[in-house]
Amino acid sequence: MYSSLIITNNIHSWVLSWMPAAATGIIEMIMIALAYLTLFAVLGLFLVLMERKVAAWFQLRIGPNRVGFFGMFQTIADALKLLSKELTGTDKADKFLYNLAPYFLIISSLMALAVFPFSKNLQAFDINIGIFFLIAISSIGVIGILLGGWSSNNKFALIGAMRSGVQTISYELSVGLSLLTMILLTGSLQLSEIIEVQKSGWLIVQGHIPAVIAFMIYMIAGTAETNRAPFDMVEAESELGAGFHTEYSGMKFAYFFLAEFINMFIIAAIGTTVFFGGWLSPFGITESIPWLGVFWFMIKTFALVFLMMWFRWTFPRLRVDQLLTLEWKYLLPINLFNIVLMAIIIWLNFTIQF
Amino acid sequence: MSYFSDIYHGIRTLLTGMGVTGKYFLHSRKGAITQQYPDNRDTLKMFERFRGEVVMPHDENNEHSCTGCQKCEIACPNGSIEIIWDRQVDPETGKKKKLIDKHIYHLGMCTQCGLCIDACPSDAIKWAQNFENAVYDRSQLTRVLNRPGSKVRAGVEE
Ligand code: SF4
Ligand code: SF4
Repeated sequence: MYSSLIITNNIHSWVLSWMPAAATGIIEMIMIALAYLTLFAVLGLFLVLMERKVAAWFQLRIGPNRVGFFGMFQTIADALKLLSKELTGTDKADKFLYNLAPYFLIISSLMALAVFPFSKNLQAFDINIGIFFLIAISSIGVIGILLGGWSSNNKFALIGAMRSGVQTISYELSVGLSLLTMILLTGSLQLSEIIEVQKSGWLIVQGHIPAVIAFMIYMIAGTAETNRAPFDMVEAESELGAGFHTEYSGMKFAYFFLAEFINMFIIAAIGTTVFFGGWLSPFGITESIPWLGVFWFMIKTFALVFLMMWFRWTFPRLRVDQLLTLEWKYLLPINLFNIVLMAIIIWLNFTIQF
Repeated sequence: MSYFSDIYHGIRTLLTGMGVTGKYFLHSRKGAITQQYPDNRDTLKMFERFRGEVVMPHDENNEHSCTGCQKCEIACPNGSIEIIWDRQVDPETGKKKKLIDKHIYHLGMCTQCGLCIDACPSDAIKWAQNFENAVYDRSQLTRVLNRPGSKVRAGVEE
């Protein structure tokens, strides 16, 4: 973490004081990895709790309110329960792939988390092809789903996994193209650079009409990529049991479950970074205090997460053919047209900048 | 052209839907329909239409309006009702009359279908709204609906 934040510098010099330089690098990498793993677990648990609470409120229920203050520790209790459960498996399952599958999902979502700038310089890995990396990584996760469905020797799991393949492959096209529309504005794939550009107005303001269209398409396709309702063909409880993770239990199931929620966070975080200025505060009100960037980043991201939950508890589910119609007949042509529109707007200098 | 109107229509209806659920979301604080049951045991009132068990209301003179016509017994698909009756001389008119001895109701066999209540010509039985019907022994589920010493209200005819 090449950072100018005081706290990380302090840790760096502290570790250097009793370690050779080579070991310091490794120690710091491990510390960062641990920090991200903690973030992963805490975020996952919090998002599950949030989902349950928000779902309850949308349905005029109360939601979990027994464990701890307002049910705050409900998901922790659930996680402990899952930890203590037996890991079952089917008879003729391909044991190696079966055990490997959850890690594909977890690792891909962790790798995606690593590139986000949570605040100025608070970023583990400022790669210069940031957006490209994110798009690539977020489609690796589907391999985990396919492996899990294939190896567990269960036809429902297999159908769920195949649907997931169809869905992710079609919709990541829209995610990519809608992000590409915004890349036309920024002229860079690097996430820190993208945020730098937004100092003169968030991209959704800078790009106005095409940016709003791109945002809508991104949210639709992003929801589809995370396999959430209304696009939950993969887990379709009413048709497929639990879909690709039907045969998983205990902690391995929890990995799938957490990864799904982290993926939702990742989609929202990409949306925040690309459309809503990442950690930048509105109108630069807290520009002098860089660590508040984390606060703004989280607020915006959770607002988008809430939007996705709102979708989930409002919209009716799609059939598989409707799903593909929506992507190939509507989103894709609109997206291509939108890119041209954005290019024209930039060419004629019609962008709004402060 | 229907392509574009489809898109417009789709977005508009989705936004309408989000408006409705958003309204629910904002009102969930006050309007939550969840009953936190054992906590609010004292205040919880069941709805009028809730079917707990069949009871026979008695008035203050310990009189009910069951004539012992057995229509409920015939209507019940499970045989949950047994009427034990007798022909007795009515003390007022001096004529012989069918009078009920025991109206036996097996809650354990009842499916809460309500056919007996619909069949009763004199509205002698109705639904009670109690729902804590668990008991420790099966025999406690067999109930005699008419109270001991009760008699049919004067003027209620078959
Ligand atoms: S409610 Fe239905 S099952 Fe129960 S006693 Fe009446 S007729 Fe029989
Ligand atoms: S409860 Fe009603 S239907 Fe049943 S025997 Fe009495 S009067 Fe007849």
